[in-house]
Amino acid sequence: MTHGSHRPQPEIIELRLLLEAIYQAYGYDFRHYSLAHLKRRVEQRLALSGFTSISHLQHELLHNPELLPVLLQDLSINVSEMFRDPSFYHAVRRQVLPILETYPSIRIWHAGCAAGQEAYSMAILLHEAGLLERSHLFVTDFNPRLVELAQEGRYPLSALKKYTANYQASGGTEFFAEYYTVVGQHAHMAPFLRHRMVFSEHNLATDGVFGEMHLIVCRNVLIYFDSQLQNRVVGLFRDSLCAGGFLCLGAKETLRFSEHAAAFEPVVQRERIYRKRREEVP
Amino acid sequence: MRTVHAVVMGASAGGLVALRFILERLRPDFGPPIYIVQHIAPGSGGTLVDALSGHGPLPVVEAEDKIVPTPGTVYLAPPDYHLQVEPEGHLSLCLDERVRFARPSIDVLFCTAADALCPNLAGVLLTGANDDGARGLCRIHARGGFTLVQDPATAHARAMPEAALALCPDHLVQDLEGIAATLNTLALP
Repeated sequence: MTHGSHRPQPEIIELRLLLEAIYQAYGYDFRHYSLAHLKRRVEQRLALSGFTSISHLQHELLHNPELLPVLLQDLSINVSEMFRDPSFYHAVRRQVLPILETYPSIRIWHAGCAAGQEAYSMAILLHEAGLLERSHLFVTDFNPRLVELAQEGRYPLSALKKYTANYQASGGTEFFAEYYTVVGQHAHMAPFLRHRMVFSEHNLATDGVFGEMHLIVCRNVLIYFDSQLQNRVVGLFRDSLCAGGFLCLGAKETLRFSEHAAAFEPVVQRERIYRKRREEVP
Repeated sequence: MRTVHAVVMGASAGGLVALRFILERLRPDFGPPIYIVQHIAPGSGGTLVDALSGHGPLPVVEAEDKIVPTPGTVYLAPPDYHLQVEPEGHLSLCLDERVRFARPSIDVLFCTAADALCPNLAGVLLTGANDDGARGLCRIHARGGFTLVQDPATAHARAMPEAALALCPDHLVQDLEGIAATLNTLALP
């Protein structure tokens, strides 16, 4: 089969040039993201903005830095929900927290945090297990706007019905409404959930190792990267975890094809919960 | 005689029966991989693979992120994920918002496949009660790919094939028997 051996379509070439321009002009590196996904996002921007082509958008972006935040938002992975995949959180309650409990202080990294939905979910789990006060949650994204949103912890009321159902399905037995206050059309997450969180910008494509973590949560981020960047990021996670530290990926993400697969062992395969081996298997 | 490097198919209401009918009639040496979006309620698990496995000669699997497709294999979009074809030819998944109420979206599969594989691509749109797939099939046609629409008169739900034909009347219109026969011709070694 000769997939991809033919000349790429002009728009794919334009897209690659746009990504190169963003990298050279602003330092954000999307060159190893899934092109199919980026192209859809860029097409949506073209339709909204009236630019005639990707090349036109590139020209405007190079000469008008004010466009950058708009495009960063377009290219960000910002679809998330609290307690997404409740069975995953159920497994964390049952099989990860009891081990984390043995550490005097617990360091957790939420890499690619979207608007913070998963970080607040984790804070609730830790609170209910009595572990929040000795935990540190490092909440990062490359997009400064998303880091701000995560810090605000404010979600549209329309999403809360789903979040509440997810919470209950994850094994939550408290009254979920205790964890937020309604202001207008939004639910504001309770401040005590946030006071163990540290928010910062971190770009998985270009930045380095992040502390001695006990748990790294990076769910439904790797699918937006190509295999090369996936390998880089999994290597980064391996080097950021202490021996025996946990790595949690999204339901359709796997370490099976990773260069670094040997550094990890599955803990709950179905939920994509892995643990860094104490010694790498050759 | 034209040949294609891949086939994309989309279906909604009534799609399982239509897909089985076609898969059962494909040649055992059918060469191109087949990528399918069938609308299904989230949380339905692996039931779609089960529902189509064993119907016809080709193996049926759930599409995985970043896999390089194997010839003669049927790949299904997992429930609640969009399935995309990358410009390099491999598959990827994404969790972006629903497109016109659908995830997986037929338009997402068809548009990304058109970008990656046209003109060496065949697109097939079957029965359904919404208008997903119309724009994607139109893009495949515009990029020189081969496009087939189930004859609305023979479809369990006619809205989807009709929407495709309303947007672009140039697609080849056939019943399921005809679509299977055409695909077998396109897949000649």
